[in-house]
Amino acid sequence: MKDSIYRSHVLICTGTGCVSSGANTLKESLEEELAANDLSGEIKIVETGCHGFCEKGPIMIVYPEGVFYCEVQSDDVAEIVEEHLLKGRTVERLLFKEPMTDEQIPSYQDIDFYKKQQRIALANCGQIDPEDIDEYIALGGYEAAGKVLTEMDPQEVVDTVKDAGLRGRGGGGFPTGLKWQFAKNSEGDKKYVICNADEGDPGAFMDRSILEGDPHRIIEGMLVAAYAIGADEGYVYVRAEYPLAIKRLEKAIEDAEEYGLLGENIFSSGFNFKLHIKKGAGAFVCGEETALMNSIEGKRGMPTPRPPYPAVRGLWGKPTNINNVETYANIPYIINEGADSFSAIGTEGSSGTKVFALTGKINNTGLVEVPMGTTLKEVIFEIGGGLGKGKKFKAVQTGGPSGGCLPEDYLDLPIDYDSLLDAGTMMGSGGMVVMDEDSCMVDVARFFLNFTQSESCGKCTPCREGTKRMLEILNRITDGEGKDGDIELLLELGEHIKSTSLCGLGQSAPNPVLSTIRYFRDEYEAHIHDHNCPAGVCSDLVSAYVIDEEACIGCGKCAKVCPVDAISGEIKSPFTIDPDVCIACGACEPECPVDAISQA
Amino acid sequence: MKSLAELKELRNKVQKEMKKRDQGTRAEIIVGMGTCGIAAGARDILKAVLAEIEKRDLDVRVTQTGCIGMCEKEPLIDVKLPGKEKITYGNLSEADVQKIITEHVVNGNIVSDLVIARHK
Repeated sequence: MKDSIYRSHVLICTGTGCVSSGANTLKESLEEELAANDLSGEIKIVETGCHGFCEKGPIMIVYPEGVFYCEVQSDDVAEIVEEHLLKGRTVERLLFKEPMTDEQIPSYQDIDFYKKQQRIALANCGQIDPEDIDEYIALGGYEAAGKVLTEMDPQEVVDTVKDAGLRGRGGGGFPTGLKWQFAKNSEGDKKYVICNADEGDPGAFMDRSILEGDPHRIIEGMLVAAYAIGADEGYVYVRAEYPLAIKRLEKAIEDAEEYGLLGENIFSSGFNFKLHIKKGAGAFVCGEETALMNSIEGKRGMPTPRPPYPAVRGLWGKPTNINNVETYANIPYIINEGADSFSAIGTEGSSGTKVFALTGKINNTGLVEVPMGTTLKEVIFEIGGGLGKGKKFKAVQTGGPSGGCLPEDYLDLPIDYDSLLDAGTMMGSGGMVVMDEDSCMVDVARFFLNFTQSESCGKCTPCREGTKRMLEILNRITDGEGKDGDIELLLELGEHIKSTSLCGLGQSAPNPVLSTIRYFRDEYEAHIHDHNCPAGVCSDLVSAYVIDEEACIGCGKCAKVCPVDAISGEIKSPFTIDPDVCIACGACEPECPVDAISQA
Repeated sequence: MKSLAELKELRNKVQKEMKKRDQGTRAEIIVGMGTCGIAAGARDILKAVLAEIEKRDLDVRVTQTGCIGMCEKEPLIDVKLPGKEKITYGNLSEADVQKIITEHVVNGNIVSDLVIARHK
């Protein structure tokens, strides 16, 4: 008989989000506390990947009851062990409270954030130990690969993926089955499959979470793709800034090799597959497939013109299939459950689900997976819990720095590839940044363009020079030196850059600017003509704050927070703000107990 | 991995531990672990329950509960089979636990002489 008979599993999220909020020390405290209570042999601690609810981390789930604790700190451990693990009493103060109703919810399936999600790519994330291949297998892992290798011929596999209607989750939305077909049809004695995990959008962490939380799913998806197109070697191109994802993937590859799920003659089918990890140095442009392949080859990460497409001439000149992490994560489901089951989810043109990294001014920051066709409103308000501090919704940015901003009128827009494109933005890899009334849309556009401009590789002129000129104009506008005709010039430049750039980076870089001009043109005009930033963000355009002398009670709280010491006065007599020193940061306004501070 | 059958065999083997995270309907044994229960030896009862379940390879969820007010009758356990009434057994020894699991959990026969309460 085994030494340990576990009656309970305590799952601690050790995704990057929860680690940064203290999951590792939490785990150590729990280990110590269990040992002190002689419970180590009864209670198993399982480190899992991301549950998605990063806002409430560190997250802990106690089974068999399935109780969901959030924001757990080391100090809470003694109480959890004593009360819950020993005496079976739920520690209620650590349960999740629904922000709208204040209702305590013990089980995570009942929390709005999870209830409205449908998880395929993230199915195992947070549910299993990503470093234990047995847990993946226990939930049906590698059965899709086994089925494909022993029971299906490659064309059947390609057809299944085509019928499922899966489209590339990395941003372009190209039909995956078709991509596989091209690579399969290409003649060649050697072919490659690549997983693009060069996730570079500011605020996006879908791919990282999948690699950290369920790495075997990606290996399995790539195995199926390799068999379908006839490749025997693969690469996962992952940024070096994702050390945890790399570590878990390395462990997963090792374990899969040991089990004979990677290597030679897998499932006695005669099929061989070797998988490598290639660490990227974190250049945004390397997410573009031709630049990525150049980087693997050891060359400078710059795109090359297509055609020839990678399916014809890819890595080292050989036919290559390249898909994003989330795309591969959907493959095992499609093989196991069938194309029809997958295509029944989502909309007609966009089947399945999509993972979004929900960030910005939103209550429930985190990772969500919803069926295609879910509206922006459902994601932001029902799953995301709305905006913080009673602020009003202003815009949502989808598609990362390559996408655009949509205003309130578009909240009922169903999320799928085509409707987002029609609205002037894109699906992208799944970043979703929510902005409230305090965000200046000109400044937001400037921020994203600043990112793409500095990430431009410089190979083609429209992107290299064009984005620079656009950024100069935006800087001028936010500095209060905008001129008549600037908006028109931005539009003209933007259209040219989009239509003439070599790769996706340049072709999409103007999107944040073009979409904010389309939906928030009045803000640009206010900056240029009225020298006013309506949201009060652009510091050169906002007027200094003043104190109403009659209302001021002379408490001096405002003076303490002023970062430039613009506020002076004697306690119990009215304070004043020096308008020449004030930078209009607004830090003093919320401090005033009598609301005596306002902008001039 | 030589075949799909081999993978499925491995899956069956490793699945058991994962069942502890399964939220589905299963037989349940609840051990009274209030201070009174612990003082009366509930920890050893809990360990005996776990050992017996492991020995017989049963699919049972084991949880604990606090004091239910019958401190006099500790150690206590509840046995709840799916669709059946919950039975509370009291004044238990480790040998009683083996008997309850054999008779009640496996065969469905309530061990009447140890019962102290029945709940509809």
